[in-house]
Amino acid sequence: MTDPLDRGGRATPGDRRPAADLLHREAPAPGVSGPSALVPPAGPPTRLSTISRATYLKEAGLKNLFLLCACVAVAGVLLIFLFVGYRGFPIFGKLGIAAFLGGRTWSPSAGSFGVLSLIINSLLATLGALAIGAPLAIGTAVFLSDVASPRVRELVRPAVELLAGIPSVVYGLFGLLALRPIIAKTSGGLGFGLAAAWMILAIMVVPTIAAISEDALRSVPDGIREASYAMGATKWQTIWRVLLPAARVGIIDAVILGMGRAIGETMAVLMVAGNAAVVPAGIFKPFLTLTTVIVLEMPYASGDHRTALFGVAIMLFLISMAFVASIRLISRLGRERS
Amino acid sequence: MSETLAEHQTGVPPHGHAEPDKFDVRKLDFFYGDFQALGDITVGIKRHAVTAFIGPSGCGKSTFLRCLNRMNDLIPGSHAEGTVLLDGEDVYGPGVDPVDLRRRVGMIFQQPNPFPMSIYDNVAYGPKLHGVRRKAELDEIVEKALGRANLWKEVKDILPRGGLTLSGGQQQRLCIARVLAVEPEVLLMDEPCSAIDPTSVQKIEDLMAELKDRITIVIVTHNMQQAARVSDFTAFFLQEKLGEAAKLVEFDRTAVLFTSPKDRRTEDYITGRFG
Repeated sequence: MTDPLDRGGRATPGDRRPAADLLHREAPAPGVSGPSALVPPAGPPTRLSTISRATYLKEAGLKNLFLLCACVAVAGVLLIFLFVGYRGFPIFGKLGIAAFLGGRTWSPSAGSFGVLSLIINSLLATLGALAIGAPLAIGTAVFLSDVASPRVRELVRPAVELLAGIPSVVYGLFGLLALRPIIAKTSGGLGFGLAAAWMILAIMVVPTIAAISEDALRSVPDGIREASYAMGATKWQTIWRVLLPAARVGIIDAVILGMGRAIGETMAVLMVAGNAAVVPAGIFKPFLTLTTVIVLEMPYASGDHRTALFGVAIMLFLISMAFVASIRLISRLGRERS
Repeated sequence: MSETLAEHQTGVPPHGHAEPDKFDVRKLDFFYGDFQALGDITVGIKRHAVTAFIGPSGCGKSTFLRCLNRMNDLIPGSHAEGTVLLDGEDVYGPGVDPVDLRRRVGMIFQQPNPFPMSIYDNVAYGPKLHGVRRKAELDEIVEKALGRANLWKEVKDILPRGGLTLSGGQQQRLCIARVLAVEPEVLLMDEPCSAIDPTSVQKIEDLMAELKDRITIVIVTHNMQQAARVSDFTAFFLQEKLGEAAKLVEFDRTAVLFTSPKDRRTEDYITGRFG
C-alpha cells in the first residue's frame, strides 16, 4: 500500500492534489505582505493636542479627593488608637504590666484590675463560636459555590447575607428569650454562659466566613475543577482534595475575620453571658468578657477603674491588630508556597 | 457516511483492523438545552492510534470529544442521544458511572491546569483517589508517570515545589503525567498545544508518538499541520450554518484525508479556502 505520508508528515513528491500542498509548505508564500501596508497616508502631519487646563484640574482634584477618603479612614484608626492609648496607658504604670495582664481578679471595688480572666473568657467564647460556626459557614460556602443549583443559590445567598444585617441586639434577644430557657431546662442552671454565647456567636460569624470563603472557592479556576473531574474524582473528592486546599488561604482569612467579629461582639454576648468576672467553671456558668466589661462598667467607673477599662480597650485593639497581621502573614506565606 | 466508513475500514493497515475499534460511536446527537450541537455522528476511533479532530471554531469537535468521557454531563441541561461504545460497552448506558469512565478515559485541556499543590501531589492525586496509600508505591507511580511524560529529568529534584511554578509547557506535561498515573486506556487531548511555546509543542508531539503504542489518543486541534504530523486518522467536523447541528463530514486515514479528500468541503477547509 502506498502511503503518501510518512510519520514526519511530508508528502511524496509525485502528489499533485492541491490539498497536499498544505503538508509540505514549510514557510508562508513569499510576497504575501507587501510593503504598501507600512507606508503612512499622505497629507500634512497632524499635531498632538495638548492637555486642557480644565481636564488637568479635574484629574488632579479627583486624585486628591480619593487620597482624602483614604486618609480619613487611616486618621480615624490613628485617632482612636491615640485616644484609647492616652486614656488607658497609665494603668500599666500604675499596676505594672504583669499585674494588669497576669492578674486573674477583676474586682473594681477592691481595686484589683487583673484582666487575664477576661482575656481567657473572650478567647473561650471566640474559639468555641468558631468551632461551631466555621464548619457551618465553610459548608455553606461550598454549598453556594459548588453544590447548589443556580436557583437554590439565589435563595440561600440572600438569606445568609441577611444574617449579617440583623442587629446584634436582636441576636441577643433571641438568645436571651428563646435559647436561654432551653439551655436552662437541659442544664438545670440559669442558662447564661458559654454554651448560649457560642450558639449565638456561631450564627453571627456565619455570614462573614461564608461570604469570604465563597469568594475564595469561586476564584479557584474552573479548569482545576474540570481537571479533577476528568481524573475520575467525584464531586466530594474534588471539593475535599482540590477545592478546599486551593482556597485555603482565603478560607483562613475568612475564619480570622470571623474571629475578629466574634471577639469584638458585645451586645449579644452581654445578654446571654451572665457577666461574672471569673473564668467560668463550666459552659453553663456565667462569664464576663473584654467587651462586655466595658459596656457594663464604663457608665459609672471613675479613677483607676475608668483607666483600667481603657486598658481593656487597648487589649481589644491589640488582639484585633494581631488578627489583621496574621491574615497578612498567611496570605503572604500562601502566595509563596503555591 | 456509512459506505465511506465501510470503504476505508478495508484500507486500514494490519494493526488497525485486526482489533475492534476502541470507541464505536453510532448516531450520536448532542444537545445543549434545546440547541442541537452535534447531529448524527457515526465514527470508529481506532485502538492504539492517534485520531485528530479538525474543523473550524465552533464546529463541535470539542463537544464531541467531551462526549467520549462524559465531561459534558457537568453542563446543566445538556444531554446526548445515540450510543458511544467503549470496548463494546455503551458509556451512556443505564447505571454507567461517569467517574469510573473518566478514570479509563483521561483528558488533557487547552489551558494547562495543574492543581495548586506540589508536583508530587499533582501526579499522586489520581492514584490516591483510587485508593493507593503506601508511600513507596506512590513514589514509584509518580516517577514512572513523570518519566512517561518526559518530565522526570526536569523535575526529579524539585518534586515538593508547586506545580504552578513550572513553565507552561512543563505544566502541560505535568498534566499528562497526572493523567498517565491512573493508567488510562484513552487519552483525550483538547487542543493541548495551543497555549504553549513551540519547543514544548515538539515535546508533546513526540510524547504522543511514544504513548500510542499503549494508549488510544484523540486530539482536537486547530492546527492542520499538527493533525498531519501526529495523527493516523483524521475526522473533519463542520457546522454548515449557524444554529445548525455540527456534523462529521469526513473521516479517513490522515494520509488519505489530507491528500485526496472525498468531500469538497473537506478539501476547501484543508486548502485554506475557509475557516
